[in-house]
Amino acid sequence: MSEPLLTVRGVETWYGNIVALKGVDLDVREGEIVTLIGANGAGKSTMMMTICGAPRARSGSIRFAGLEISQMPTHEIARLRIAQSPEGRRIFPRMTVYENLQMGAAIDKFAHFDDDLERMFTLFPRLKDRARQRGGTLSGGEQQMLAIARALMSRPRLLLLDEPSLGLAPIIVRQIFQIIRELNHREGLTVFLVEQNAFHALRLAHRGYVMVNGLITMSGSGEDLLARPEVRAAYLEGGH
Amino acid sequence: MENFLQQLINGLTLGSIYGLIAIGYTMVFGIIGMVNFAHGDVFMVSAFIALLIFLAVTQILGIASLPLAFVLVLVAAMILTALWAWVIERIAYRPLRGSFRLAPLISAIGMSILLSNFVQVAQGPRNKPVPPMFTDVIAVTDGAYRVTLSYKQILIMLVTALLLVGFWWLVQKTPLGRAQRACEQDRKMAALLGIDVDRTIALTFVIGAALAAVAGVLYMMYYGVVNFYDGFVPGVKAFTAAVLGGIGSLPGAVLGGLLIGLIETFWSAYFSTDYKDVAAFSILAIVLIFMPSGILGRPEVEKV
Repeated sequence: MSEPLLTVRGVETWYGNIVALKGVDLDVREGEIVTLIGANGAGKSTMMMTICGAPRARSGSIRFAGLEISQMPTHEIARLRIAQSPEGRRIFPRMTVYENLQMGAAIDKFAHFDDDLERMFTLFPRLKDRARQRGGTLSGGEQQMLAIARALMSRPRLLLLDEPSLGLAPIIVRQIFQIIRELNHREGLTVFLVEQNAFHALRLAHRGYVMVNGLITMSGSGEDLLARPEVRAAYLEGGH
Repeated sequence: MENFLQQLINGLTLGSIYGLIAIGYTMVFGIIGMVNFAHGDVFMVSAFIALLIFLAVTQILGIASLPLAFVLVLVAAMILTALWAWVIERIAYRPLRGSFRLAPLISAIGMSILLSNFVQVAQGPRNKPVPPMFTDVIAVTDGAYRVTLSYKQILIMLVTALLLVGFWWLVQKTPLGRAQRACEQDRKMAALLGIDVDRTIALTFVIGAALAAVAGVLYMMYYGVVNFYDGFVPGVKAFTAAVLGGIGSLPGAVLGGLLIGLIETFWSAYFSTDYKDVAAFSILAIVLIFMPSGILGRPEVEKV
């Protein structure tokens, strides 16, 4: 079997003298949806940001498409077409929706801008209505859609999604997850998804990892993890 | 009435120069939250560069056409001053990014002292006279009090207006301008989208310095004299203009510049030249009491 698209081996990340990741191993293969679940503060978002080099891993290796990226600056990692819809969405609040999407297309040098814009407006019709509005005036759900659309504008090889369900109404969460599933199915988009909402995430993903205190404690296929009693007890009871 | 009109013309001219310098303060503050105290001295250095190039162009190259010489001086001063700013950012500010908040500020003050002392040593402490240029005037009104508009003043207002339009277009419509605004709002996110943040910040310094260089050329031409000390007071005035207009806001910087220029000029004309700076700074204090974020600034608190 060929090398996975993303390989993380023994990654440690520190914030000052506090350790957040204590040697994480995980793989994401081309065309997969892989999810990382875990409680608040387990280090999931840190994992996401470490892949993008912000903060940088103190030790260990992160390889993407055969390239060691753990020492590269963030913007160069992004230019390898790793796009992130980060924790807290981080929409540029004083830019219009349209400009936010333009920012997403910067890596792609605007080569497919008009086509991709049309595609995003088909996927997320709400964004089309709001195109001239400032990002800061959108609702939470709309901001989440914009964050995902902005990430997709770069035509990513790997899409990193950090808690797309956070703070959203269940119906919007279902909508967003449905869109991710379709993109993966139709276009073979590779997705690495961090979620607290373990039930939805595991049902969506091909494979999953469970993180506890900066360490991977379990891994397996989505259904497999869903069925395990310890996962159910810790992350699912009363959850969905 | 004639006096009012004349002072209005003078005030707008001075205000244009302040506005051009103020843009550099406000842009750098917007993007990295730092007051670049060396900016006034970069402006002063640009005036000296302009003088030296003007002398070189007219006396060594023997170019007799004044407009051509002026354009050459303008372009060369913009390029060389931008280069200065790039070097300053590289050696004095970039290494301190991520350090504690006051570090780059102290570094900027150091750079300001270094620049003015360097020019003092290299060019001498006395006023450097500039050969008079564009001395013609247009009489706006006739009569006992002739209101005049000099070619210099027309040139200053024209160049400023053109630059502002070009600059506004750059910030609003180009990928570079968008990257600058993105870095201003969320640097980390900009990097995640493939924006080279360090490069964008360096370009912000460079653009600010190029605008200050235009102000320097115009200042040299308008007053006909430059001095190593000229970075300080115009620098502080331009900074005041940026704060008055709302620091971080580009239209605010221009508006603030024009207001400070007008206040200073009118105060000198109707009350006393001695207290013109007091007037300008008092108005700043009063405005800030009622509008703490400046006239066009946005309030600190934002809906997330």
